[in-house]
Amino acid sequence: MIQLLAFYLFAALVVASGLLVILARNPVHSVLWLILAFFNAAGLMILIGAEFIAMLLVIVYVGAVAVLFLFVVMMLDIDFATLRAGLVKNFPLGLSIALILLAELVLGLGANSAGVLHLGVADGNAAPLAGAPNIEAIGAVLYSRYLFLFEAAGVVLLVAMIGAIVLTHRERGGIKPQNISKQVARRPEEATVNTQPEVGKGVSL
Amino acid sequence: MNWAVSLRLVAAEEFLSVTGLVLLLIAGWAGDKAARAITWLSVAALAVAAVLVAPALTHGAMGAETSAFFGQFAADSFASFAKLLVYGAAGVSLALAPGFFERFGQFRAEYPILGLFAALGMGIMVSATDMLTLYIGLEMNSLAAYVLAAMLKTDDRSPEAGLKYFVLGSLASGILLFGISLTYGFAGTTNFAGISHALQGTMSTGALFGLVFILAGLAFKISAVPFHMWTPDVYEGAPTPVTTFFATAPKVAALALTMRVALVAFGAQMAAWQQIIAFLALASIIVGALGAIGQGNIKRLLAYSSINNVGFMLIGLAAATAGGASAVLVYLAIYIVMSLGGFAVILQLRDAEGQSVESISDLAGLSRTKPGLAFVLAMVMFSLAGIPPLFGFWGKFVVFQAAVAAGLVPLATVGIAASVIGAFYYLKVIKVMYFDEPADKVAGSLDPVHGLVLYASALFISPLGYLLTGWLGGLAHSAAAALFHGA
Repeated sequence: MIQLLAFYLFAALVVASGLLVILARNPVHSVLWLILAFFNAAGLMILIGAEFIAMLLVIVYVGAVAVLFLFVVMMLDIDFATLRAGLVKNFPLGLSIALILLAELVLGLGANSAGVLHLGVADGNAAPLAGAPNIEAIGAVLYSRYLFLFEAAGVVLLVAMIGAIVLTHRERGGIKPQNISKQVARRPEEATVNTQPEVGKGVSL
Repeated sequence: MNWAVSLRLVAAEEFLSVTGLVLLLIAGWAGDKAARAITWLSVAALAVAAVLVAPALTHGAMGAETSAFFGQFAADSFASFAKLLVYGAAGVSLALAPGFFERFGQFRAEYPILGLFAALGMGIMVSATDMLTLYIGLEMNSLAAYVLAAMLKTDDRSPEAGLKYFVLGSLASGILLFGISLTYGFAGTTNFAGISHALQGTMSTGALFGLVFILAGLAFKISAVPFHMWTPDVYEGAPTPVTTFFATAPKVAALALTMRVALVAFGAQMAAWQQIIAFLALASIIVGALGAIGQGNIKRLLAYSSINNVGFMLIGLAAATAGGASAVLVYLAIYIVMSLGGFAVILQLRDAEGQSVESISDLAGLSRTKPGLAFVLAMVMFSLAGIPPLFGFWGKFVVFQAAVAAGLVPLATVGIAASVIGAFYYLKVIKVMYFDEPADKVAGSLDPVHGLVLYASALFISPLGYLLTGWLGGLAHSAAAALFHGA
């Protein structure tokens, strides 16, 4: 019973927040609704026993992707009034795409009720480990059976990191970076000067 | 599974990763001043890696004792043959780089390191006997390649090429992953041997979809038609040493990977993929030949030429026999040397200000101003066209021979007819160089490293190359046997 309640709660919230993502006028609010949608989708994943995917959703999508969206939306100064100005012009196109999608949905539902397509069934070792939660199942093989691939994936990330730095890092002239060792090595004698300015002459530094 | 045995089988990969990391540290402390030294160290590292993998080829290693990490990786003679080509091509492309980038003052210390990691990824690709290994090797190579293409920041076309390659390459990776996930769903394993075992008998529609998507993703990587659109733009925009690299090493790796996927993972379903490969082969040959005719840029011309040549190699794969596989390997070896020679000539083409000359019309009368360069380029062109006294003919010959032996006479006939169309644009370049009024654009002296590559490859594709046919054929035969071991 509680599962059923939880399912309807999560499902309704996913649908509602998904709608609000596209209906919100403020793009920052859209991203916040998207985060809520991700959280509730994670809840749905837990209900079907896929807790690893649920955690990935929260950590990767909420923690990284959505926050990145948020930064991009806040940093780009998008004028949404001009974006919406094209609405009338694009309305027929948008409407026709919506109609096509609706027709496809109806067709899909009709085909489904007429009997589902049989593409085949999975066999072999695709079946899950019996009795183990899926985090344990992944952990059991990640550093043992798939050690080589795990390490190689690390090299892939390193290559991506080198690439990002190579492409974006520039040596710029004319800037005054902080040199900590120089600051630390500075002595009072070098830092202060004793002068005796004449009256009305001022000090030259 | 014994860890010590597995670790010994991946010795070349371990060596390359550790060297890459050490060189990265050196680059971090010494900066771009050390770029040239790091390049030579990388080339030396590739040579050592080649020595490490060579014994597997000469001993004809195959079967269970070459399988490492629960069947995810195979260090057999096939992988060894492909790795020798990859390391050789990557090493030569790296050696060609300093002379080019230093003209623009843009030689970064990270360049050879990325090249080294790309070679590492390609080594993993050709050894992959598991879909996961395949994907990780492919991404390691691709990510490094995207960055290499965008490396020359003074030329706007270079970042453009990098971005184009990245966007389209990511799409292809997505398609490939989708195919892998479908295959996993229907076969229940990502292991090639396991997939082959699970897909006996009639193939379900879903598994067929998986196969089609995997082949589409791989066809993008070898730039086979209809997944070739990125090739001319990327080849033109990328800095010439990087184009040299793209036209050689990744071609070997991706083609070897395609062969292993088709012949091992889907070895039980030859009828399913044979027609797909035959279509890719014919389309590549024809589009490659026709597309090259209108090109005015020599790098774009060579891009279409590479599409065309991939088509010929796929004919050997379409034969689906050990003879066909060994013909593809022989063709690859010859094609690599021809491409390296051709691009070494293009690297020498620069005007008095040191800017690259890439337009074919600027090559007019090159035979009178630079007879040596013109002669080598003419040899490469004749060889790519497959005109008999040169070694390029031998590659086409063995491929067609394998196709006819496998009963694919129509495919071979169309291929031969299309290679005549292809000969037209190769001959056009020779005509411009030898019979047109000199444009006198090309200046500058010969860089010693480039000269060495140029003349060594010219020697290889000269009729003297035929002395190697027995040796090369023997190695390719032993490599192909590893693919069909236990099939």
